[in-house]
Amino acid sequence: MSMLDVDGLNVWFGKHLERVDAVKGATFQVARGESFGLVGESGSGKSTILRAITGLAPDWSGTLSIEGQPIAKKRPKTFFKQVQMVFQDPYASLHPRHSVDQVLGETLHLHGFQDIDTRVVKLLDDVGLGQKFRFRYPHQLSGGQRQRVAIARALAPEPELLLLDEPTSALDVSVQAEILNLLTDLRADRGLTYLMVSHDLSVVAHMCDRLAVMKSGDIVEIMSVDALRAMNATHPYTQQLFKASL
Amino acid sequence: MMNNLLDVENLWVKFPNRNGVFDAVRGVSFTLGRERLGIVGESGSGKSMTGRAILRLIRKPGIVEADHIKLDGVDLLGKTEKEMRAVRGQRISMVMQDPKFSLNPVITIGDQIIEAYRLHNSASKADAYRKSVEMLEAVSINDPERVMRAYPHEMSGGMGQRIMIAMMLIPNPEILIADEPTSALDVSVQRQVLDIMDKLVKERGMGLIFISHDLNLVADFCDRVLIMYAGRVVEVCDAKNLHEAKHPYTRGLLNSLPRLDEPSKRLEVLQRDPEWSKAPSVSGRV
Amino acid sequence: MSDTQTLREWLLTETPTSRRHAKISAFYQGWLTLRSNTMAMIGLGILVLMLFVAAAAPLLAPHDPFVQDLGNRLAPLGTEGHVFGTDSLGRDILSRLIYGSRITLYIVALVALIAPIAGLLVGTVSGYVGGWTDAVLMRITDIFLAFPRLILALAFVAALGAGIENAVLAISLTAWPPYARISRAETLTIRSSDYISAIQLQGAGAFRIITKHIWPLCISSLIVRVTLDMAGIILAAAGLGFLGLGAQPPSPEWGAMISEGRRFILDYWWVATVPGLAIFTVSLAFNLLGDGLRDVLDPKAGE
Repeated sequence: MSMLDVDGLNVWFGKHLERVDAVKGATFQVARGESFGLVGESGSGKSTILRAITGLAPDWSGTLSIEGQPIAKKRPKTFFKQVQMVFQDPYASLHPRHSVDQVLGETLHLHGFQDIDTRVVKLLDDVGLGQKFRFRYPHQLSGGQRQRVAIARALAPEPELLLLDEPTSALDVSVQAEILNLLTDLRADRGLTYLMVSHDLSVVAHMCDRLAVMKSGDIVEIMSVDALRAMNATHPYTQQLFKASL
Repeated sequence: MMNNLLDVENLWVKFPNRNGVFDAVRGVSFTLGRERLGIVGESGSGKSMTGRAILRLIRKPGIVEADHIKLDGVDLLGKTEKEMRAVRGQRISMVMQDPKFSLNPVITIGDQIIEAYRLHNSASKADAYRKSVEMLEAVSINDPERVMRAYPHEMSGGMGQRIMIAMMLIPNPEILIADEPTSALDVSVQRQVLDIMDKLVKERGMGLIFISHDLNLVADFCDRVLIMYAGRVVEVCDAKNLHEAKHPYTRGLLNSLPRLDEPSKRLEVLQRDPEWSKAPSVSGRV
Repeated sequence: MSDTQTLREWLLTETPTSRRHAKISAFYQGWLTLRSNTMAMIGLGILVLMLFVAAAAPLLAPHDPFVQDLGNRLAPLGTEGHVFGTDSLGRDILSRLIYGSRITLYIVALVALIAPIAGLLVGTVSGYVGGWTDAVLMRITDIFLAFPRLILALAFVAALGAGIENAVLAISLTAWPPYARISRAETLTIRSSDYISAIQLQGAGAFRIITKHIWPLCISSLIVRVTLDMAGIILAAAGLGFLGLGAQPPSPEWGAMISEGRRFILDYWWVATVPGLAIFTVSLAFNLLGDGLRDVLDPKAGE
């Protein structure tokens, strides 16, 4: 049984005449412990799939299931204990008036944990930040540090599936390397499953086992990373994308 | 020496704050000929500030200091704000990262280009229109007549950036400063925009300062590269030799990139040496 | 010396050691930003002085503000014992001003508590929940906005009965719609931000998101707006007083003092001018402080 099963997913915005179909009949499976990539240019609908899974994009049809259990339209609290998301822009994903301690503490509280203090300490250690960052506000953190806090927040409920929406595209390359290493380590330590969106083929190649290539809402090709590294594409759009990325 | 369009000596950009003075750019020197000069560095390295300081576009309370910033042998520092306005656009143009913020959303693209053209040239409306269409054709826009009637929000990112480049080139400047002109664009569009810039710079014999965080892009596109760290230039090299760069910072940046052709379990992490920010700035003068 | 130095370091540290330390430190940083704004400090100084004057009114006032001396009416500025002269009933204007500051502060404080809170509540709920709730709440807001402020206040006071408390209530009832509009607009931008999405993904409910995540961000712009509106509030109170529906004579409310002095403005200009200057100074002080607070509180400004 796969960790995540997306079958015939359609996502749209707006109503009637203004309706825009962002994702059209997307179908793929992500096995437990696997890391799956979604690549494509801006507007191809890759981030929209993540938002539909988490319920942030409310208008969708098709079947989404986590470990064989179909996801209801109204996500129960237990769903968020299984699935968490890391956003693209660490400058926008942290509340500007909440300290790191508040962000993590509130998350833990919402998931009903009792030993909040010890867990906050442990989470900060796990993402390589340490105690001295605990009471800082976002404006006192660099982009990479913020993204570490965002990752810690996503890890707080101890999820099994982590959705990563371009987690390093807003960061410098040296910081990107640190964050990608952290994500690799966390996956190994906790047996996480990743669904990662990126426009950067080399990042996807580094992080993922398989990937789907998207173009204007359609998945045009699903391939292994080995095929990506060998530039072995069957679909003309994928070939074009590979050529442009070289 | 006469080939130097721009000559910058010992440029500092300072921001006084509560705890003293923060130096965003610290003693940068370089010259620019009819070439494509890349400035690379991470965020906060002072690369954008360097570009803006040349045009004196640093917001208050920032201060620009330099021994000289010479454009064709004339020091820009000695110019008044009014004279600088004539330099900006007319002789040195700047293309910003996001075209959406650079175009007026309620005026058609055609009117904006025509206005820009008539600001710099005394031409009749019909002439300006013709010239504008030509400019759009020069940046590989297929149906310039339709684009002239459109509003900025109807344009994609790549189109918007081409339009910006067209507008910047109207007064026929000697120098174009491009600050991350393609960072907001998709890879396929990125390539097209770069090709257009490349063609124009070559045809017109302009000098180009290309500011970017993307090492591979700069190595590919520029002739010469300045690598900046903490407000200083740590290394200067020919773009084609960038991958053989010697400074540990440049090496660290290159190695921290994931590579398609070389799978690795973990990426190399840049170890920052405090010495780098203390060493004097390397001169980029030729 | 070394002690104060370490206290400053403790306050400005980048690595706070406890929740309280972090809060105090953030507060101190804000205070430093505010302190570097000279105009805001002048405004704050005037307001602190006014607070002090209001508190110590019985000690500071040279005369009883209610005692009439018809033999000495309309005395000019600088008269022996009456620095600001006397009004049409021979009461000392300075003493009335000093006691009047209490009434002004009382009105301002009450309105500043009621109107923004009501507006914040309506605006954030409307903006976050959206749909029908939004439509209904915003139409109600529009109805309130459609009436001229003073007319509406008049209608309320007429219904509730004259008096300062009712005047305050009436002014608050007419003052909340702009705050609701502002907080709704802010909420709409905040609602679509990633950090709200992120907390939604932790299963947080609407109540928690509105009170803990949206309010703290709306409050700063409301505080700024309130300080900028203070002048208008003082004047509205004065207007009601003038129409006999606010502060009742002989209470030394500043606006009522102006309307009283208006009758003699050509021959005895100071009777209306002195309380006018007082209102002007306090309004200016609130405006200056509001401007400074915006720099401190607005999370968008600065890094």
